[in-house]
Amino acid sequence: MSNAPHRFAPIQRILHWLMAACIIAMLFIGVGMVSTVAPTYLPLILIHKTLGVALLVLVVIRLALRLHYGAPALPEDLPPAMKVGARLSHLALYGFMIVMPLLGLGMLWAAAYPVVLFGGIQVPAVLPQSDRAHTLLWNAHFYLGFAFFAIVLLHLAAALFHALVRRDGVFGTMALFSLRNRTTPAE
Amino acid sequence: MGLLGPVGILKSHEIFRVSPKAADGIRLVGHAQTCLREIDVGFQKIADMVAGYKERRPLGGTGRVTVRRAAYALQGQVMKQSGKWPRSGFGSLVLIAAVLGGGAAAFAYTAGWLSHGRLTPERMIAALAPPGGAPLGHRRNHAKGICFTGAFEANGNGVELSRARIFERGQYSAVGRFNLGTADPNAVDATARVRGLGLQIAAEDGEEWRMALINPPIFAVSTPQAFHELLIASGKKDPEAMKAFIQSNPEFAAFATWAKTAPWTGSYAEDAYHGLNSFIFTDARGGERTVRWSLLPAAQAVPISQAELEKRGPDFLEQEITERIRTAGPQRWTMVTTVADPGDPTADPSKAWPEGRRTVQVGTLVVQRIEQERDGPCRDINFDPTVLPKGIRVSDDPFPAARSSVYRKSYDLRAAEAGSYPRTGTTRP
Repeated sequence: MSNAPHRFAPIQRILHWLMAACIIAMLFIGVGMVSTVAPTYLPLILIHKTLGVALLVLVVIRLALRLHYGAPALPEDLPPAMKVGARLSHLALYGFMIVMPLLGLGMLWAAAYPVVLFGGIQVPAVLPQSDRAHTLLWNAHFYLGFAFFAIVLLHLAAALFHALVRRDGVFGTMALFSLRNRTTPAE
Repeated sequence: MGLLGPVGILKSHEIFRVSPKAADGIRLVGHAQTCLREIDVGFQKIADMVAGYKERRPLGGTGRVTVRRAAYALQGQVMKQSGKWPRSGFGSLVLIAAVLGGGAAAFAYTAGWLSHGRLTPERMIAALAPPGGAPLGHRRNHAKGICFTGAFEANGNGVELSRARIFERGQYSAVGRFNLGTADPNAVDATARVRGLGLQIAAEDGEEWRMALINPPIFAVSTPQAFHELLIASGKKDPEAMKAFIQSNPEFAAFATWAKTAPWTGSYAEDAYHGLNSFIFTDARGGERTVRWSLLPAAQAVPISQAELEKRGPDFLEQEITERIRTAGPQRWTMVTTVADPGDPTADPSKAWPEGRRTVQVGTLVVQRIEQERDGPCRDINFDPTVLPKGIRVSDDPFPAARSSVYRKSYDLRAAEAGSYPRTGTTRP
């Protein structure tokens, strides 16, 4: 539609897609690095740590922008169950974005590993070494990672459902580019 | 983009995914043809409504909902009458399923669930486990050990090789661990041919240098994969397994010769410990050199036989080093770095570098105090050889990365199993 009523602010959309790419990369790097003894293990773990801390900074900015700009309303005719699902899954996504880097940092601190990021940046330890804390944080980081990936897939499925099946404008609120001419299904 | 956009211009041939020309050409009979005509009339009505609303006010509120409901009702009619989803909707669902399935499959592949040949840290650790089972709560290899604390006294000579703060003249705190190359924490000392030394040197700026060295002057194999094969072959009762291994890994011969011929000593203090893996030192001007390093003992080595060591008791080495430091005072090792010439085998720790390479003595390790591992300061340290200060980084040697990956897994396991190796002290939870 030419007079699209509400979309996320451009900075919100840019941040969404940037973080989406980084988060998907993080999830793949995460499962990849822990299953290899090859030399790539070291660069992968360095990227994982650096990107993780960067994403923690970005999610704080993103939350501030969300509070400032708000979000477009969902279509009024969206079934209530789907509306609840949308709210809950978005809450879960924000929760994962905040919690995962903190768990990752925490498990490294609790194992007495120095946290050194790309460029030699050192992150000072906040927790002391502790077997119990390390085990708890490690398990949480590991298993929640899979839950995070599942929610990301669900989010992707919902986005495509809105874009291709319902075609109700929800996808357009977060799309990087305007989709005004895509009025017919692709042949 | 809203639903109204597509509804306003959709034609029945679009729902059924045929081009307008083809739709004209298709001979539809009876009911179906009528049905399509009705749908187009319906679409036209909706389009008229939209136009009407557009004239009066911007779309929104109940007007939009009414139009949308009409559109859904129409769509429902189409589905009922054609007996299935419109193909565009079905195609979209297939596409969504494909994206999800593809994503999940790529994830599973990356995680190694689909490739059973991949050498994972779990497989390496499984191969390390002795017949009696893994040593719960202990390191998965070099499981028997004792802690020490002391200092690294840098003499300043290392500064020309690396800009690492730790090479600047001065004293840096050191924590380490003497250990035996066995997966059994209760092994008899005389059964472990390989001895090791784990070390962590800390600079005041928070940078750390961790390493784990062993007493043979060359490593047993060239690659982490070959090390895994060695563990598998040596764990088999069939003597042919080792023969086959040596045939396909001829570099093992040098290590086997060392194991057979090198003298045993009766003290951790009398052994030399070698880093074996090569690393790259970067100096203040950015110049790079590939180096290996060793800790050479100040104590005079007194060779003894394996039988004699066995006679002295199963835990003699730990008792001896404790007693030696208590009575004779701190024990010292000189840290010597060897600089590779171009063309030296930097990626293969089973190959010694030729004699005559430049060596630099960079400092002295002083071991001042021994503590039992159970409550000692070395227990909580993973002597991961890739924990390096600025000025030292990994080279093309594949072992440090593999060791880091496996040590990490070993640490995760033993931390989770800490209850099986309970602390007695009251200082830490």
